Amino acid sequence: MNVATIHIENKAIQADSSQNLLHVLLSRGYDLPYFCWHPALGSVGACRQCAVKQFRNEEDTGGKIIMACMTPATDGIRVSIKDPEAAEFRQAVIQGLMQNHPHDCPVCDEGGECHLQDMTVMTGHCSRHYTFSKRTFRNQYLGPLINHEMNRCIQCQRCVRYYREYAGGHDLNAFRLRDSIYFGRFEDGVLENEFSGNLIEICPTGVFTDATLKHHYTRKWDLQMAPSVCVHCAAGCNVTVGERYGVLRRVVNRYNHHVNSYFLCDRGRFGYEHVNSDERIRECLLHGEPTDVGSAVTHVEKLLQDGDCIGIGSPRASLESNFALRQLVGPDRFYAGVAEDEWPVTLAALDMLRNGPAQSPSLDEIEHCDAVLILGEDVTNVLPLMALRLRQSVRQQPMEKATKFGIPLWLDQAVRELTQNERGPLFIAAPFATKLDEVAREVIHAAPDDLARLGFAVAHAIEPGAPAVADLSSESNAMAETIAAALRSAKRPLIVSGTSCRNSAIVEAAAQVAWALCRVGKPAKLSFCFPECNTVGLGLLKPRPLSDAFRAVQHREAGAVIILENDLYPRASRDEITAFFSGAGHVVAVDHLKTRTTDKADLVLPAGTFAETDGTLVNHEGRAQRFFQAFVPSGEVRASWRWLGGGLLQNVSERECNWSNLDDIVMAIAEEIPVFAPIEYAAPRKEFGKVAREPGRYSGRTSMLANLSVHEPKPPADPDSALAFSMESGPRPPSPALLPFFWSPGWNSIQSVNKFQSEIGTSLRGGDPGARLLEPTGRPDWAYVSRIPSAFTPDSNEWLLVPRFHIFGSEELSRRAPGIAQLMPRAVVGLNVNDGALLGLKPRELLTMSIGDSVYEVEVSLDSEIPRGTAIIPAGIPPFQEVSIPARGKLAPVGATANGVLR
Amino acid sequence: MDKPLTRNFRPDGEAVDLSAYERAGGYEGLRKTLRMQPQEVTDLVKRSNLRGRGGAGFPTAMKWSFVPMGADAPRPKYLVANADEMEPGTFKDRILMESDPHQLIEGMAVTAFAIQADIGYIFLRGEYRRAAERLGVALRQAKERGYLGSNILGSGFSFELYLHISAGRYICGEETALLNALEGKRAHPRTKPPFPQVSGLFGKPTIVQNVETFCNVHHIVNNGPEWFRSLSRTADGGTKLYGVSGKVNRPGLWELPLGTPMREILEVHAGGMRDGLRFRGLLPGGASTDFLVEEHLDVPMDYTQVQKAGSRLGTGTMVVLDDKTCPVGMVWNLEHFFAQESCGWCTPCWSGLAWTEKILLAMEQGTAEKKDLETLHFQTKFLAPGNTFCAFAPGAVEPLQSALKYFAGDFHRHIDEKRCPWR
Repeated sequence: MNVATIHIENKAIQADSSQNLLHVLLSRGYDLPYFCWHPALGSVGACRQCAVKQFRNEEDTGGKIIMACMTPATDGIRVSIKDPEAAEFRQAVIQGLMQNHPHDCPVCDEGGECHLQDMTVMTGHCSRHYTFSKRTFRNQYLGPLINHEMNRCIQCQRCVRYYREYAGGHDLNAFRLRDSIYFGRFEDGVLENEFSGNLIEICPTGVFTDATLKHHYTRKWDLQMAPSVCVHCAAGCNVTVGERYGVLRRVVNRYNHHVNSYFLCDRGRFGYEHVNSDERIRECLLHGEPTDVGSAVTHVEKLLQDGDCIGIGSPRASLESNFALRQLVGPDRFYAGVAEDEWPVTLAALDMLRNGPAQSPSLDEIEHCDAVLILGEDVTNVLPLMALRLRQSVRQQPMEKATKFGIPLWLDQAVRELTQNERGPLFIAAPFATKLDEVAREVIHAAPDDLARLGFAVAHAIEPGAPAVADLSSESNAMAETIAAALRSAKRPLIVSGTSCRNSAIVEAAAQVAWALCRVGKPAKLSFCFPECNTVGLGLLKPRPLSDAFRAVQHREAGAVIILENDLYPRASRDEITAFFSGAGHVVAVDHLKTRTTDKADLVLPAGTFAETDGTLVNHEGRAQRFFQAFVPSGEVRASWRWLGGGLLQNVSERECNWSNLDDIVMAIAEEIPVFAPIEYAAPRKEFGKVAREPGRYSGRTSMLANLSVHEPKPPADPDSALAFSMESGPRPPSPALLPFFWSPGWNSIQSVNKFQSEIGTSLRGGDPGARLLEPTGRPDWAYVSRIPSAFTPDSNEWLLVPRFHIFGSEELSRRAPGIAQLMPRAVVGLNVNDGALLGLKPRELLTMSIGDSVYEVEVSLDSEIPRGTAIIPAGIPPFQEVSIPARGKLAPVGATANGVLR
Repeated sequence: MDKPLTRNFRPDGEAVDLSAYERAGGYEGLRKTLRMQPQEVTDLVKRSNLRGRGGAGFPTAMKWSFVPMGADAPRPKYLVANADEMEPGTFKDRILMESDPHQLIEGMAVTAFAIQADIGYIFLRGEYRRAAERLGVALRQAKERGYLGSNILGSGFSFELYLHISAGRYICGEETALLNALEGKRAHPRTKPPFPQVSGLFGKPTIVQNVETFCNVHHIVNNGPEWFRSLSRTADGGTKLYGVSGKVNRPGLWELPLGTPMREILEVHAGGMRDGLRFRGLLPGGASTDFLVEEHLDVPMDYTQVQKAGSRLGTGTMVVLDDKTCPVGMVWNLEHFFAQESCGWCTPCWSGLAWTEKILLAMEQGTAEKKDLETLHFQTKFLAPGNTFCAFAPGAVEPLQSALKYFAGDFHRHIDEKRCPWR
């Protein structure tokens, strides 16, 4: 950052001379209209909207028009926004855009949060002189998530620049030229890129809009909103949820510099409809029949009094809810509702982050790493936003060339032209081909144990003190050397791994590489893709493993089980689950959606979803973030922690397990468990003040309930936060963690986030929300792992089953959203081509799979990249929806009587 | 008078083949060049005052001086011939390529040596099929004879030259849009800086020159800068291919000293206006230049003096307007072309030209109003240099702005009489 003095309206201000004028002026709060520039995409100078006047010196009265976004903030530059010619020019640009723009505002979804509307008003253009006809287009079907309305297009180029250049998509492009450029696909069809939903916010007009919102459309100003956190993976992207009439209407991005920045993935954006599902449980159910709260509470109290109650926690429930259950049943009777083959790997990963010298980076830091090794993960499907940031990370090293040639990094097309298709080092080692492979320098496909061996070999190649790997092929050794060299010579190396392969050695190998780099003076970052929104939070609560719970029930040490927000069926084999439910005398399930588990429960308590409650989640980085309630749910729905620790149940233990509000339980957690001490800083306490959930133009307040009573009811109280179910705010501007939506006078669209950043594209003023919990200990006594697995050998009888996750379909909650469900892939089992030949199978034929005592018939796909001896199973996709994917399974063609096939 | 560019042209219009070209002294310039230092070649061109013949008239050697030289320069370096001649009214490059293709090749090879380029492309307008055929043959012949390829004539210098046929669109004539098109991208221009000499084709140092510019280079090496300057009647060196189209007696193309006055070209070479027609004005350098009228006819046609008269030399091919042709209709024809060729990147151009052509058509049809005339004036200011992303739109409105000035009455008649008075 180089400090320069620039003159705006003859006033001298400090500026960062490495930036462009538009960035500087917006950062300083000046209102200058723009379209094609975007903080994450840089400047291209296409729309000409950001025109200002530049003067040679104080005596120059004429000046010349320049584009602020394309002009560096050089020291001494003298500009004016207000200059009449510049103002007229900006109006003329709007006039040009309006020539073909349809008069759609009243019926356009974008209205009320439309950047084009805002900029039109800002320039003052209001009279139409163009009397000729407008060019029109046929729209395309782009899938169930995004609507296409091309007549509204102003040719700002943002959509294709974002989709193709930032997100790496291929199937959206610009066609034709002049005043009728068409942004679309080569033919109708679902947009293939997993981050296509961001087009909705990237497009400054209503060309790309939220198709799910359209089913229950509401204007932005009519939504009751709250700052929230996405619950569909462990990225912890910050979102704003919006509700009206008791229906959750939509999810939009909420800027957090360290986490999601400007973008969400499609699962997070469109998975919200599980909140409105018909399968929501809204009343207490005793043996399947609705019952009143009193009876339900009495039932639970009796179970607690009997004294042998255990609790099963959830990786998708809040810290508060998990903690309340833990306190209720006691820490030694609190278990993790996570599959046995996944849990130890999770704990191993957490152990690495807590005890090793490598730091767990934020997503922003990940974007800026300049050499990356991904070991054993399909990031695009497991923690999608990280994949989007990794696509930017491969530009880091090439972009250094731009700086050397004097091209500012914000001059986007020039930087891309100079760097062409060059990419920095990204190495991906996974059991199958992944989407990020297309931007990787080298790709290795191998069975999990072999991936771990490669990782250990890389560590040894970086630092010979790390144990060597015996019997490694010369090819693998050469690859390890290549990866090691790239990581060692980088400035900010990163290792990414995770639990998807269900293999602890992979996690240990990843950590080993990071530790080896730290040893040679390269402070590497280490990031794990945990699967669920609070896997880390649950892990840090130190629950006992699920198998212990099964054992307790089996040995009659547990008479009653309380299951928190979890369907156990995918967490263990059918046998184990059946035994568990028949062995457990009484089952209480606290959940929001009907599942096989709630069907089996004696008592079901209706839990609130993330949009209807408050709580804390810990993401993959170890960042604790608070989500807040957007609306009061109907029926008897309340936060799980309120059922279990909100004062309903009589306290039968000596532990403290009743808290009257969120701040109380947050403080209890922070005080009880040291690693959670920072969570109180994730958001301000209720005493902060009053922050309106509803925008000032929220309509219908007095008429909404008039059919029930004409007397205007008091707005519901919110005992848990400073947020109010009201349009009225207190005098104190909200801190970022409490900001329900971004809005500023004249900036009704999402671009208003500019006004809340200390500098464009950097942190929110007041600090980005969240509190990091995990920092490297820098303990001098950490040791290398010496347990290196031997090479994987295929078994002629059984295949090693390796799960493949799908962004649409593998995650339990988002699967219930109709749009997401539509995009779920068909179940296909992946086999190596030669293994297929061995079984006498051709592509797309059916094969029989025996997993434990279950048999499935599934279509097979054959791929030479899939390691021999493994079978790739789609996690969460029917018929594997209820199946915990264990180690091994038997395969045979349908109808064959090969060895080991049942039926 | 020496006519280096056209002296080899055959009367039957066939291309000069390699043997004939060599017999006439062809590739001697290249041989001489290979015995020199690259900087020496650039110096000769600098002293010759050669300016780009594509329309902008930028001093050629100055353009080359920004190419990074020496062992540390990024490689490969590229040399591109802008043979995308699509300026309406322009046909000079076509004649050069069809008639004497080796002249272009030799010029490019000499230039390549001067900037130490490794690879060259001739970016040829797709419609120029005859030129494509003849260039293809000539390139093959040159390569076989060793004038192109690796270790040219044993000199140690290597230069590969390829012919690339454009997929169309006028904007490809803009040098940076050309580079984008050559890379397989959408053909819209780039900002400068960075200049192509720093980041050009595929992000590497690149020089783009017009065909006619290249054709002069080896003659300069052969005969020296003093000779080249002596060919001209003004300070800018060399001859120029001047063309005339429109209702004159002898529309055509002539190689004349740079700085020949307009009147001389029109009356002596083109034979003046056809019987019964009077001269009203002309576009001196193709469609995207301002009209000049009777009072300007004695202006010498070089870069500086045509600019002083309020227009641009451009390509030096004149389009003549007679008094029996409607100026509004002519301008509509041109603006219709420009509106159609706008790449769509920047708002003033794609919106302004579309509106402009609609107004002009309405004028011709008799449905335009007074305020439409105000809009036309407005568009000529709106589409000014700096306001738009590249020079396309400012060029596109040059005929319009000058027509509004010199033929104002005619525009008013269309509005007042609600018809085109020429029909």
